[in-house]
Amino acid sequence: MESGDIAWVLTSSALVLFMTPGLALFYGGMVRSRNVLNMLLMSFFTISIVTVVWILVGYSVSFADGTPLIGNFDFLFLRNVSSGEDLLFVMFQMTFAIITPALISGAVAERMKFSAWVLFTTLWALIVYPIVAHWAWNGWLTDLGVLDFAGGLVVHINAGIAALVLVLLLKPRRGFGQEAIRPHSLPLTLIGTGILWLGWFGFNAGSAFGANDVAINAIVTTQIGAALGALGWVAAEWRKTGAPTTLGAASGAVAGLVAITPAAGFVGPQSAIVFGLAAGALCYLAVSLKYRFNYDDSLDVVGVHLVGGIVGSVLLGVFSQASVNPAGADGLLYGDVSLLGKQVLAVVAVMAFTAVATWIIAKIVDVTVGLRVEERSEIEGLDITLHEERAYVTDSR
Amino acid sequence: MKLIIAYIKPFKLEDVKTALTGVGVSGMTTSDVEGFGRQSGQTEVYRGAEYEVEFVPKVRIEVLVPDELAPVAVETIEKAAHTGEIGDGKIAVLPVEAAVRIRTGERGPDAV
Repeated sequence: MESGDIAWVLTSSALVLFMTPGLALFYGGMVRSRNVLNMLLMSFFTISIVTVVWILVGYSVSFADGTPLIGNFDFLFLRNVSSGEDLLFVMFQMTFAIITPALISGAVAERMKFSAWVLFTTLWALIVYPIVAHWAWNGWLTDLGVLDFAGGLVVHINAGIAALVLVLLLKPRRGFGQEAIRPHSLPLTLIGTGILWLGWFGFNAGSAFGANDVAINAIVTTQIGAALGALGWVAAEWRKTGAPTTLGAASGAVAGLVAITPAAGFVGPQSAIVFGLAAGALCYLAVSLKYRFNYDDSLDVVGVHLVGGIVGSVLLGVFSQASVNPAGADGLLYGDVSLLGKQVLAVVAVMAFTAVATWIIAKIVDVTVGLRVEERSEIEGLDITLHEERAYVTDSR
Repeated sequence: MKLIIAYIKPFKLEDVKTALTGVGVSGMTTSDVEGFGRQSGQTEVYRGAEYEVEFVPKVRIEVLVPDELAPVAVETIEKAAHTGEIGDGKIAVLPVEAAVRIRTGERGPDAV
């Protein structure tokens, strides 16, 4: 690897890692003040858990050759990872493996036992993430010609469907649907959104794994996706409710970023406009479904990451351009219908696998440590009852 | 008229509110407070050391009721806030000399 490429991927690794504390703030602002530390810690602690799981087993199952369905154990505890380039890839990919389970935490906010979260994250990062990563980036979906530039399938659809399964098992929070459960600090959420947006440049442009034209294309499409996502969401909500909201702009930017993720290095900047706008508007519509179907996806992980991931992965089948990236393919608009079908198949396959695997893991966690906190803990707040801390202390004494 | 002031465990607020509405109390005011009673605090662990926490979080409820509703309201709070554990709280009943409903200018029990 050239030193310029190495420098960019090193930088990208740092940028993507920083997304997880950014996500912590994004989510932390959206919960009530009595649960904010718990919410922050769910993301923050995931960094430690997944770092261990990744170097022990996760990387090997993801990227060792093995079979098209699962990687073998050649890289267990990083043995046989000898070159600097390979080690750099371990690091860069680790940051993706970290943020993916952290994304799920937003759905189960304000009611999941922290011990259950630690066990769930460990098992999920050990089994589900590496298998899906292997499928999409070094397995049967890769062989099929499915495209996933930076993790539309692996990160967003994967986390989104896992979130849906957990939410169905956990049941709604007390008062869900009856009283307004309001965010306690939207400024935190907006700071978190800014950090996510910044980090996403490493996430998408870093996925070119070099400082090259594909990376440049990816950083531009990422910017456009995020900006247009916020525009699309705010336009939709302003029209429907009469008010443009901070939360809407933040959620829309993330929805746009999610949708452009699988496509950032495969579609041109003009197409990115469609990804952003579609994701902003569609995810806005999707988040209201939870009230209709009474599943308490607390911070809209399903509405934003699952729906945004599907929008991006499917639109990629339409807008993909081989002229942007020779490693890519032409989509429907550029004369090849087959890519669209492959993309849809991949979406369905990942959703089916992850739903089943997550359900089994969650059941194991439920019968061993129990998923849900006691009612009293939920009322008094998870911060004081689980962590013996308070976020906001006025210490006049 | 009576002003009922109760100090209860925070997680009992919902139960108390529901019970009071059930017996015809039409309004209440709550605030988050900290204090201690005979239980005199709890211990809390911070950075490896155990500390005595002098002030425990409580919710303070104020309810203004006509005289005839006061005994029922007190009993209702007592029942709804009861756990039997240490720190269930206290209820105080105060006589009220006058009450005014600001919007309408009503005075006395009508204002409550």
